[in-house]
Amino acid sequence: MLDAAFCVVRRDLLLAWRRKSDVATALLFFVIVTSLFPLGVGAEPTLLRAIAPGVIWVAALLSSMLSLSRLFAADHADGTLEQMLLGAAPLGVVAAAKAAAHWIVAGLPLALIAPCIALQYDLQAALWPVLALSLLLGTPVLSLIGAIGAALTLGLRGGGILLSLLVLPLYVPVLILGAGSVDMASAGMGGEGQLLLLAALLVAAGAFAPWAIAAALRISME
Amino acid sequence: MLEAAGLECVRQGRALFRSLSFSLSTGERLRVAGANGSGKTSLLRILCGLLAPNAGEVRWRGEKIDRLKEEYSRQLVYLGHAPAVKEELTAAENLAIACRLAGFAANTHDALARLGIAGDVAVRKLSQGQRRRAALARLVVSAQVPLWLLDEPYAALDTQAASTVDALIAEHAARGGAVIFTTHQETGTTQARVLELHA
Repeated sequence: MLDAAFCVVRRDLLLAWRRKSDVATALLFFVIVTSLFPLGVGAEPTLLRAIAPGVIWVAALLSSMLSLSRLFAADHADGTLEQMLLGAAPLGVVAAAKAAAHWIVAGLPLALIAPCIALQYDLQAALWPVLALSLLLGTPVLSLIGAIGAALTLGLRGGGILLSLLVLPLYVPVLILGAGSVDMASAGMGGEGQLLLLAALLVAAGAFAPWAIAAALRISME
Repeated sequence: MLEAAGLECVRQGRALFRSLSFSLSTGERLRVAGANGSGKTSLLRILCGLLAPNAGEVRWRGEKIDRLKEEYSRQLVYLGHAPAVKEELTAAENLAIACRLAGFAANTHDALARLGIAGDVAVRKLSQGQRRRAALARLVVSAQVPLWLLDEPYAALDTQAASTVDALIAEHAARGGAVIFTTHQETGTTQARVLELHA
């Protein structure tokens, strides 16, 4: 069972490596969107510091969503998804592995690059770890919830737009907690509460989302 | 070994087939025939559990397949219309991944050699027929899997590859495996029972 999960993660990472431009696009999107805000809002340090957590988090949501529509669509088109449904491992395990691979490609780089982005907003150095940690805990939840939406909208016409309408409202708790943790830390109250809640969300999503993804995939494949 | 009882399939409000029943024993070959759109692919998808029938049930060794789930999946190979190979990966990588997902290890080199495919070339660079061959290599490594469900296995193949597929199906039947396949060509149909679908 674990063997199948590792196999799927390895396969998806290998595919991402052979199609590097797709990965780079999502990451560059994140960098460019977050760089546009200081240019548009103006170089007022107090204002920039105030909007930084929210802007970076919203950009992370959008960037992580960019690659969602391709999560199952490519496998669906070439028939490999059918083979995963007929695999020896439970579909929930395969679904969790797909979401994990999506996070490594589309979520983890955001958490790593976020402290550099924070420089543009004059965010205090003490807040960088909080920002990175909140993204590190929050982006896997985005991948897991997003994968449910991607599975549900699989094979639909205009599925990409529908996917964003379906998934973005579900991202709200992650956004509030993620941006809130940095806000609280900058106000000197410590962001531990929000980070712990994010971790709880991650545990809950990790436990339940794979089975929801599997059920959605089965419906979409009929 | 495999039993279908009273299967009914309705697509877009039109019944493709009703109260379709048949059984398949070890070493048997069944060819599903019928015009385009008569429900051959739907029948195969129902038999492998990808599609739920509107009525009736499929039983594997006496047990319903929707109860067996992965245990049933492990007993079958399904080859659909799409070749189920990733264009960015090589034929050998594709085959190795397919084997691991199916839960066994296999010698991919020999399997690809039998179908005349170089393992180290990205599938993107192969022709349509060669991609089909790369997909069919899964049959060579799946000798131990009792049930083969093949949707148009001869499509896009030249005569040499088609005779290899013929030989693979015959070997599997001789081993005691069961094969259900759909085809419009007359190859490989000589020793197979025919199930005719009327739309």
